[in-house]
Amino acid sequence: MGSFDLGVGLAFWLMCASALLCVAYGLIYWNKDKEEKALDTSSWESDEAKINEEL
Amino acid sequence: MGMFENIIIIVYLALLGYLGFVGYKQTKTSTDYLIAGRDTHPFVMAMSYGATFISTAAIVGFGGVAAWLGNSILWLAGANIFIGIFIAFVFLGNPTRKMGLKLNAHTFPEFLGKRYRSKAIQVCGGLLIILFMPLYASAVLIGGTQFIVAYFHTDYHMALLVFSIIITGYVLAGGLKGVMLTDALQGVIMFVAMALLLVMTFWALGGVESAFSKFDTVWDQTVASLVNSNLKELKPGSADFLMKLSMNWGFQGWNKMPIFLSEGWLFMVTTITMGVGIGVLAQPQLVVRFMTVKSKNEINRAVLIGGIFIFITMGVAYVIGALTNVWYFEFNDGKNALQSAGSIGKIIPHFITASMPKWFSFVFLFALISAAMSTLSSQFHTMGTAFGRDVFEQISTKQHNSMLVTRAGVILMIVISVSLAYIFDDQPAIIARSTAVFFALCASMFLPSYIGALFWKRMSAKGAIASMIVGAIASSFWLLFVHFQEAKALGVCKFVFGTNSLLSGKIIFVDALVIALPLSAIAAIVVSLATKPEDDKHIALCFNE
Repeated sequence: MGSFDLGVGLAFWLMCASALLCVAYGLIYWNKDKEEKALDTSSWESDEAKINEEL
Repeated sequence: MGMFENIIIIVYLALLGYLGFVGYKQTKTSTDYLIAGRDTHPFVMAMSYGATFISTAAIVGFGGVAAWLGNSILWLAGANIFIGIFIAFVFLGNPTRKMGLKLNAHTFPEFLGKRYRSKAIQVCGGLLIILFMPLYASAVLIGGTQFIVAYFHTDYHMALLVFSIIITGYVLAGGLKGVMLTDALQGVIMFVAMALLLVMTFWALGGVESAFSKFDTVWDQTVASLVNSNLKELKPGSADFLMKLSMNWGFQGWNKMPIFLSEGWLFMVTTITMGVGIGVLAQPQLVVRFMTVKSKNEINRAVLIGGIFIFITMGVAYVIGALTNVWYFEFNDGKNALQSAGSIGKIIPHFITASMPKWFSFVFLFALISAAMSTLSSQFHTMGTAFGRDVFEQISTKQHNSMLVTRAGVILMIVISVSLAYIFDDQPAIIARSTAVFFALCASMFLPSYIGALFWKRMSAKGAIASMIVGAIASSFWLLFVHFQEAKALGVCKFVFGTNSLLSGKIIFVDALVIALPLSAIAAIVVSLATKPEDDKHIALCFNE
């Protein structure tokens, strides 16, 4: 990439760094969240009317 | 067409049919039809988000722009990955999912409407989608159909009809489940085709370093000589005219940024990078994807998949777009891409036909059709839900079956979009500019309200409405009366004031988003602070307290 000037070179490496950031984030937080237990959606449909009423 | 091509087409259509059928079988409730039952697999969610994000115009259109203006467009690829995936998924994704669940929201306008407890916001959001998204959809329809016509040499109207009927089938039957499953398949096809294109292009150009090192030579030998020519002496729309125009705008080469604050710099940074890069955060058909997964883990996993997908699809389209100049210079008598293909929109298809084996042209055609279909199916679904859920159900005094009303909405909006594709077939500029209007309106109207809904408890309904009104007025004014592309193409300014733009100089190259978004955000903050806050109980429900 030696032929790129500073602005285009920066864009190229930021693009690559952004992709690597996404990969690293996805790998690190692949299974870190335990919140779904608190947000169990199994009874969601049955709660629908109640939520609508509250609103 | 050979036997091999026929078999591939039949297999592709059969797979689409099967996935649409799977969506249909799994769709039991309105939640299934509208937001895919909130239990979508992260791979399907990420691929669907990415494939919806990237239409044929992104690959062929922006690829052609890269061939014209060079690698400074890589700022857009960086923005697509960092803002469109990382910021969107990591910072907006989970709060949207959680709040959407708590509020029982099924669409993006409904999400905003329920957060601010305002039917007006929901109906207004739905109307914006109904009024402008058909133009965006018709632009994608025209683009996809033209590729089918060019490859198969069929009648445009027949191709448009068949193309639309196929998409209608699985959107209507499978709802968002069908849409997302087919999106995932189409995303895989796009990913494979773009990865192959990258490898084969570098192979043809003798490797990565060799390919990139030739930009200066090609520029010097095909463009630099235009420095002393006068733009008025060149044929408008010709290759030399466009390259001279780019030089006048401050572009200095395909591997260089345009001169700081020149017309080209303002266009590349504000319109291409910020307008598209930031604007994507408030696209209703993308935001709704966050509400289709059951936990934050799915969103975290989708960051990885989506990041790689956008890197390969968008990154390759832009890099290869610029490199077509090197390929044509090497293999087409020392000409650059525009001199060889004739126009910006023809560069990528022409390059594929000229440089790649025939089997790859077929693969690439599938990638382009997949890109168009994945974007279209999501648009049709979003327009249908906007019509059914956000407008019809809100203004109707009777209770309705959401799934039925939405299906009726999908049919109506497809008919409108296809009709527009028939009517504006020979006027693509109006359609393309109307698409830009939709993007600008979405960002300036929705983004402050959306961010405020997620992160600022003090944001009130009146603040959100004020922000939407200011955003709509500011962006409409800028697009209709100032910005060099839309004001000229739409012709309203010329009709009213007899001139293409009310302003002159470099300011007309600044994108509407840069003007309208800050004004919209200021209106949201000022009016929210000046008005009564939302009820504590409602805020506690929204923020899961």
